[in-house]
Amino acid sequence: MNLIELKNVYKQYSNGVTALCDVSLEIAKGEFVFVIGKTASGKSSLIKLLYRQEKPSKGGVFVGGINVAKLKNRKVYKLRRKLGIVFQDYKLLPNLTVYENVAFALEIYGLRSDEVRRKVMKALEKVGLKEKFKSYPDQLSGGEQQRVSIARAIVNEPKILICDEPTGNLDPKTSLEIMEIINKINEEGTTVIMATHDKEIVNKYRKRVITIEKGILVNDKEKGGYFSEKD
Amino acid sequence: MTKKRGDTSVKKIRIFFHSIEEAFKSVFRNASLSIASISCIAITLILVAVSVILSYNVNSFTSDIEKDVTIVAFLDKEVTQEQIDEIKTKIANLDNIATIEFESKQQLIDEMKEENADLENILNQYTEETNPLQDTYLVKVENIETIGKTAEEIENIEGVSIVKYGEGMVEDLVNVFDVVKNITYIVVIGLVLVTAFLISNTIKITIQTRKRQIEIMRLVGASNSFIKIPFFFEGLLLGALGSIIPIVACCYGYMYLYERFNGQLFTPIIKLVNPDLIIFNIIIFVITIGVVVGALGSYRAVRRYLKI
Ligand SMILES: Nc1ncnc2c1ncn2[C@@H]1O[C@H](COP(=O)(O)OP(=O)(O)OP(=O)(O)O)[C@@H](O)[C@H]1O
Ligand SMILES: [Mg+2]
Repeated sequence: MNLIELKNVYKQYSNGVTALCDVSLEIAKGEFVFVIGKTASGKSSLIKLLYRQEKPSKGGVFVGGINVAKLKNRKVYKLRRKLGIVFQDYKLLPNLTVYENVAFALEIYGLRSDEVRRKVMKALEKVGLKEKFKSYPDQLSGGEQQRVSIARAIVNEPKILICDEPTGNLDPKTSLEIMEIINKINEEGTTVIMATHDKEIVNKYRKRVITIEKGILVNDKEKGGYFSEKD
Repeated sequence: MTKKRGDTSVKKIRIFFHSIEEAFKSVFRNASLSIASISCIAITLILVAVSVILSYNVNSFTSDIEKDVTIVAFLDKEVTQEQIDEIKTKIANLDNIATIEFESKQQLIDEMKEENADLENILNQYTEETNPLQDTYLVKVENIETIGKTAEEIENIEGVSIVKYGEGMVEDLVNVFDVVKNITYIVVIGLVLVTAFLISNTIKITIQTRKRQIEIMRLVGASNSFIKIPFFFEGLLLGALGSIIPIVACCYGYMYLYERFNGQLFTPIIKLVNPDLIIFNIIIFVITIGVVVGALGSYRAVRRYLKI
């Protein structure tokens, strides 16, 4: 079975908006997938189904062997522990240091403190932010904050990394740096699914590209580009 | 296998201590709010402690007077020894009888003589036949509240002429104490509920100020109980902290009063209960109420405001 599978998924919000319409796709272990589309096309809705922020209105969503559509609220944590999630707005806690923000994700496992230290420093090293482990988020640039949030996402070595516009708030140069980190994580074996607007990145990295338009999956292409079918 | 299981329980213990640590952190982080709740709990618990001390004393006092209350049944002057025995059996067969003691009119006279030397000469004039007193049975009851009914039943026995016990006075006293006790219970229960509500509000505010933290905890895979338990502990902690001042104040206060009044209140009749006998119970009681109040409050807050 594929690591991620969507079968005829529909998502309609309670206000009547249909964000996804009959979406089916499969993602194998180790893949890197861009999800692109205009604003309000349903990219975030698709991502949210994967980590069970939202439930599909219809259809099946399987992530790492878990039937997300049938997952009870109090079991959601089992899914989340298999995932790393990165957001556009970093979602860091301002009153915690870089180190504490990353260690925060390990608190739930009850690890020994030396294990925690080892894992956190390893994750910070991967994102190139080892020296700033004592800083607070507001002492960091946007790119650096995003590195912290990536470190937090990967600190427990998840199988899947889910990113919703991780470079959305960053300038082109910083975006490329962040993308480089995510790409490296993928090369080390983690499956990555990343929603983005960033034309430059999509065209540069030539990964599998899934295009959504008004909730419909209109294109799924290996080594695709941004709106490549129209160019 | 064994090693692995041991490993998970060590992890659970770490998670448990982590929850307690989080609760402590939260109490100190929201210091002003915590102090406000702790003060409310303290006031409630002082009242709880005072009413516990009072009720110990009232109970000991009522059982003291209950021990002293005696029904005196005067027997007809002409009763024969046979009748005297028969009356005893009849009294013994009634409900609510604790002890029966016979006192002959001769014993009574002797007692009076002993108590008062002046009377002795006068009383010496009486012979067995001219003794104006009556033989009596001194009866103690098991339950003071129905003493009236028991007295009446004794009076109805043939050969018993008059029955005396502090009519009315005893029952009134007992009733007053009962009313006081019930009012205290109601006040204490009311205060406990109000305080639980206040704690629930405190926890609600900490939950709200940590919305973002809770959201991120959810995202990184924290289970519901991992998120909820620290808030629950926070309530327990507030309750426990709130019980310190009342315990110290009431225990020392009562010990001081006890010393000051030499163990009695105004008259030797009202004896205070020795603090040594009840302080341990008061401590346990106050801490328990504090913790229960805290638990109730935080349980309510977590149920209502931590929708995850
Ligand atoms: N919680 C919600 N309740 C109601 N409607 C929603 C909700 N979330 C999203 N929508 C609607 O669903 C549609 C798809 O939204 P979605 O966030 O998936 O788009 P998107 O592709 O991520 O857009 P963007 O590129 O701007 O992030 C939009 O019309 C949006 O208004
Ligand atoms: Mg979006």
